[in-house]
Amino acid sequence: MIAIFLGVAVVVFVGLVLFLITLLRIAGVMLVQWRDLVSFDRWLEVLGTIRRNKLRTALTMISVAWGIFVLVFLLGLGKGLDAGLRHNFGRDSINAVWLYSNKTSIPHDGYDVGRKITFENRDYERAKLAKVPGAGGQGVERISGQYYVKGGQLGGGEMLTRRNGKTNAFDLNAVHPDAIYFNTHVMESGRFIDYADIVARRKSAAIGGPVRDFLFGTEDPIGQWINIGGVPFQVVGVFSDPGGPEQERQIYIPVSTAQLAFNGADHLGMLEIAVGDATAEQAKVISDQILAQLAEHHQFDPKDPQAVRIHSSVETAERFAKLFWLISTFVIVIGLGTLAAGVVGVSNIMMIAVKERTKEIGVRKALGATPSSIVAMIIQEAVFLTGIAGLLGLSGGVALLGVVAKFAENDFMRNPSIDLRVGVLAAVGLVVAGALAGFFPARAAARVNPIHALRDQ
Amino acid sequence: MLRLSRVNKYYKVGAHSLHVLRDIDFEVGDGEFVAIMGASGSGKSTLLNILGILDDYDSGEYWLGDTRIHNLTERKAANYRNRFLGFVFQSFNLLPFKTALENVALPLYYQGVSRRKRNQIAAQYLERVGLRDWAEHTPAEMSGGQKQRVAIARALIGKPRLILADEPTGALDSETSKQIMDLLSEIHRSGITVLVVTHDSEVAARTQRTIRLKDGKVMTPHELAASSSNPQMAAVAAVTAAP
Repeated sequence: MIAIFLGVAVVVFVGLVLFLITLLRIAGVMLVQWRDLVSFDRWLEVLGTIRRNKLRTALTMISVAWGIFVLVFLLGLGKGLDAGLRHNFGRDSINAVWLYSNKTSIPHDGYDVGRKITFENRDYERAKLAKVPGAGGQGVERISGQYYVKGGQLGGGEMLTRRNGKTNAFDLNAVHPDAIYFNTHVMESGRFIDYADIVARRKSAAIGGPVRDFLFGTEDPIGQWINIGGVPFQVVGVFSDPGGPEQERQIYIPVSTAQLAFNGADHLGMLEIAVGDATAEQAKVISDQILAQLAEHHQFDPKDPQAVRIHSSVETAERFAKLFWLISTFVIVIGLGTLAAGVVGVSNIMMIAVKERTKEIGVRKALGATPSSIVAMIIQEAVFLTGIAGLLGLSGGVALLGVVAKFAENDFMRNPSIDLRVGVLAAVGLVVAGALAGFFPARAAARVNPIHALRDQ
Repeated sequence: MLRLSRVNKYYKVGAHSLHVLRDIDFEVGDGEFVAIMGASGSGKSTLLNILGILDDYDSGEYWLGDTRIHNLTERKAANYRNRFLGFVFQSFNLLPFKTALENVALPLYYQGVSRRKRNQIAAQYLERVGLRDWAEHTPAEMSGGQKQRVAIARALIGKPRLILADEPTGALDSETSKQIMDLLSEIHRSGITVLVVTHDSEVAARTQRTIRLKDGKVMTPHELAASSSNPQMAAVAAVTAAP
């Protein structure tokens, strides 16, 4: 992987140098010849200079290598962090809006504050139809209501579940079939609650892996009966969840059955809707529509922030996108800053080198060196130094990311790496940076006046 | 070979303008061996720079062969230096990190001659100055006389029509100086025009003709005679007047 990566980077690097020379030739800025690049002589000159100044060269290269290393490593970590968080918030990866019934906080229509709002099945039916106005406008794609079996504001709450003398408390969720789309559950065997269950008010139950393990051990649970809160239910499916056991210690039953069995009338505590690929604005339009319907039928002020609490993953996702944009911008700014410091370092050191080599450059000029041949020599040296140092930093960064990916991966860090596009971009950037670093020293070298350079003492 | 007519050169020093060369007029024929003498401040360095196409002049004409040298681009100037001129400096100006062979071959590098070929040619020129066995030595390992021989080989390798030597013996003892002047004489005899800038009358005495500069002007025979009250100058005048 790293080898392929570096190979591509080197090819791109060399390709770019050739491209740059072609451009310069077309522009007529520099009469650089193709043969100059493959010129063994020119390379001998450049390598000779480098060999004579080993320490200076090494120090220069370290600064560039470090810049690239930091840039690559931070970018990779940023990507890993992004992937990790996205994975952790997989539940929010769908565009969804949750509406929770609550108590009013604004007097309305003669009612005092603190009145409890309870959704009903009719609200579920009406909410299904909400959509962004206009033909083909985004609508509700998935919807589920939930009846809170034990009352309360959040979730179903735990219910004692029995089978063959084994008893334990598990979270009970009375929902519509679409509820599965709002989770990351994966069916392992059997099926989830379906619409036939809702219509017939069947006593069906989908259970998580740990529930099966506790109640059935190694037995096949499908078709078997369990007792939830004193009511028998038949297991129709088992699911697992990548989020771990906490997400799996759950039981799902049809909302209609629960309303009948646990004295729920037609009450619902929560509505969850999926809005496809709607933007945050579109999701807001849809949830506002539903809120207006609810306000109308339950006589509360639609501006009441407490009567219905709304949570939108679209907004959350956009907030996350903004956060990641900030993080990656930060990383890029830091990395580029470090790289820029490295490049300025190269430029500075080469500027000093040019000053030290004034006499040599003067002699070369007296012997017939043209300004362009001097410029080409200096720039080639700069591009070579930055290029080699950059590729070293690049491989170091990629290698360290590999180590991190192997040993330090956790919930917050998944597959930290950089893609080829970044590598190619880095190679492009290095050639440009090298040429830039060489530009000012080269210009200074081209301006060396042989008369002054050759003056004795 | 080369001809200067009414060449003037000014240097700007602050708000003032220093007139360093005043109506310089002289000619050097093909194959001549000429010395340029003058006290420091006489303008001989400036003159050498102009002759060497390292510097430009403000008015007048400088013809090198059939080419008028004036307002050249740096690229053209570099090309002419490379093809027409060979430089020999007082402090040799060899590149310290290159071997004698590489130093001699350097002008051919800028002519685009292949490495193999130019090293071959450079070896021949080193042989000609008697340093064949020193090809792989760096300047630091050589004596002053040897270094100047390497520099002369380097000046010759481009087959120049004119050798410009700036105080070529200035850093050498008298015995070595004599050898270097022998070498320059030999080069002159092979048909190359040689111009030596010096303040050493013995060196000037080895040439065919001396051009004297004073205060930016070429001294006329009349002025020379007037200055011959100075015994040293008189001796020089006597020598240069000889055929």
